[in-house]
Formats: sequence, structure tokens, C-alpha cells
Amino acid sequence: MLEASNLECVRGERRLFADVSFRLEGGEMLYLQGMNGSGKTSLLRMLCGLTPAASGEIRWRSQPIGKLGETFRSELCYLGHHNAIKEELTPLENILSSARLAQESLDEEAALDALELVGLHGREDLACRYLSQGQKRRAALARLVHEKRALWILDEPYVALDRAAIQLIAGLVGAHLQRGGLAVLTTHQAVAVPAAAVRELWLGADDATQQRF
Amino acid sequence: MLILIRAVIGRDLRLAMRRQADIVAAMFFFIIVVSLFPLGVGPEPDQLRKLAPGVLWVAALLATMLSLPRLFAEDHRDGTLEQLALAPQPLGLVVLGKVIAHWLVAGLPLVLLAPVLGIQFDLAGDALAVLTLSLLIGTPALSGIGAIGAALTLGVRGGGVLLSLLVLPLYIPVLIFGAGAVDATVSGLGPQAHLSLLGALALGGVFFAPWPTAAALRVALE
Repeated sequence: MLEASNLECVRGERRLFADVSFRLEGGEMLYLQGMNGSGKTSLLRMLCGLTPAASGEIRWRSQPIGKLGETFRSELCYLGHHNAIKEELTPLENILSSARLAQESLDEEAALDALELVGLHGREDLACRYLSQGQKRRAALARLVHEKRALWILDEPYVALDRAAIQLIAGLVGAHLQRGGLAVLTTHQAVAVPAAAVRELWLGADDATQQRF
Repeated sequence: MLILIRAVIGRDLRLAMRRQADIVAAMFFFIIVVSLFPLGVGPEPDQLRKLAPGVLWVAALLATMLSLPRLFAEDHRDGTLEQLALAPQPLGLVVLGKVIAHWLVAGLPLVLLAPVLGIQFDLAGDALAVLTLSLLIGTPALSGIGAIGAALTLGVRGGGVLLSLLVLPLYIPVLIFGAGAVDATVSGLGPQAHLSLLGALALGGVFFAPWPTAAALRVALE
């Protein structure tokens, strides 16, 4: 379903990686690893179509993602370094307004359920600026609870979370994979996602990029 | 499509309401700049009447400039802009919604204040009406054109100054036709021609500017 061939990333004068190729089918997860600055985030942003690749091609359902455009984006869920949470709004308003902006139907009941599941019960009506870093991250990740899109791209989803929340998110990703979804994620924490097929991709310095199965 | 635009407007208005200091600051800037002129140039009514349209319009341009840098900066900083860019609809529509919300928050208050401030310049009733009308038609163009500048300077250090340098020259036609409409009324020529041209600029600004703005935002996100 998701196929990358010979991707190259150049940032400024530096070549971060080259010849990165992989293939991901439904129910599979790609676990992207590498040192700081090895280009993990850049690769994820390439897969989303936010950053164009210096060379190489990314295909979704055997069509280049650039050509698919909105069709591809309607199947994509991206969570980046930033939480995409508005500090002035409450967690409930945040989750409802981001669903509306993504043109998804999410009623208040479902949104409250999601917030309760990520442990923000009782904080629904508190402006996000009063929440701790971990709670903000939980509020951002609450959208995964009802997320039905096929491809999840998660950049360091476990940052700032406590152990219980990490298990919860890993469980959500696992359930998504069991439904036949795809996930690409980076993390520096070794967390077992309950899923059948995990592929690993190492982004090394310069030309040490290699793929392991 | 309309649902999306409405969702963007609703969200931006709600955010603006939670951060009223920004709106109030721009309004007070407008009031103070306009009020300083009668104090500075003296109380001769003839002179003030001649100055009024230009002063009000220049003050409106500058007040709009004040709020422009924040149009996309907050969304850029907290990652919301990425999410909007990845949403399954044209980014231009999102920008259109944001432009409309910006006008409601930063442009409309200026229009409502203008007739009151115009009295300080001893403007006659019909001139006041045309001044307000010209601002009503012209300020959407300021928001639309300004959005291009705000997107181009997104994430640039010292972007505020660069933004003024980029956008103020583009505001010149709006200024000329806006202030010209009032002058034409005072001199008895009638404001129709100026207002029509102003309307054309506003339509162009609001409906064509979102697309280059969206392109600039995608470049800023790379």
C-alpha cells in the first residue's frame, strides 16, 4: 500500500539519507529508528507530502502521493512534534474543532469518551494552557481513539507521556494495525506494540542506511 | 466547502475572543493615531476636512498591519498549520476562512469606529457615510492582500518589518481609491467610480489572494 523507493533527503548542504526504500502493507508497522539528526522527522514529513523528496518516489496504493493529493490526505493521520493543540481552548473544544477542520463527524459524546480514555476526565473544560506537558500530549493523542484513517504517521508519540499512557497509545496503534491499517512511527523508547508485523528501518549517518526485517 | 470555511471562521473567532487584548490593542492604535492629527495640525476645520480621508485610511492600513503577523504565526508555532495543510481539502479554502475571520476581528471594528472618529475632522454627513462605506468595502482587501505577506514572512526572523515592506506598497491602490472616494464626494463628483474600483480590489483580494497564500504556506512548512 505504502511504498517508498530510493528516497533522498538533503537539508541545506548536508545529505541526511539516500536510497531509502521500503514497502508497507495493511496491518504492518514501520518502526523508524536512528540517532538524533539522522532525518527521521524529515522522512516522516516526506511521507506526508509536507516536504518534497530530493529524489525518489512515494506511492500510496501504487499511485504517487503528489498526484493523489487530497485523496491521499483523506487517508492520512499525522501527529508531529508539535501537539497541534490550541492553548486557549479546552481539550474538548480542541478535539471537536480539529475534527471539524479535518471534515470528520465527531459528536460531543464520542469526544468526551476519547478524552476519558486518555485520562483527561475532569479536565475537559480547562483551558489547555493550564495542562501539563504530558496532559497536552494526551489531549493531542486523543484523536487517535476514533481515528479511522488507514495510514498513521506518528513522530515520537511517546514523548512526555507516563508509562500507562504509553501502553494505552501502543494499544491503540496495535488495534489500528489489527483493523488492517498501516503505521509509521519513530521513538527512542523501546515499546512493544501488540502487532503481528513490525518492520524496522535504521536511518544511520550518511550511507549506513539499511533495512532490517 | 462552506462547512469548512465556517469551521475555520468559528475557530478563529473563538480564539480571538479568548485573546481580546490583541483586538483591543489594534483598535486603540487606530483611535489614537487618528485622534493625534487634529491635535497636531491645529483646529482649522477646512484643513481637517481635507486631511480626514487620508488620515483615517492610513491609520486603518497601519492598524491592519499590526494584527497581520499573528494571522498564521500561532498556528505555525503549535503545529495546527501542518494539520490544516494535511486536511483533505484545498488549503486555499482554509486561508479564505482565516481571511474572513481576520477581517471580522481586525477590519470590521475599524469600519464601526470610523464615523465616530470622522466627527473630529468636521466631516459632513454624506462624507462620513462614504468614508465608512469605503472602509467597509476596502478593509476586506487589506486582509486578503495582507495574508499573502503574512504567509511569505512566516517563520522569518524580523518578519514584522519585512511584512510591512512587502504589504504596504500593495495597499497603495486601496488607499488611493478609498481616500479618493471621500474626496470625490466632498468635491461633488460622486464616489461611485472609486467605490466600484475599491469593490473590484476587495473581490480580487479576498477570492484570489488565498491561493498564492496557500502556496506560500506550503513553502513555509517544508
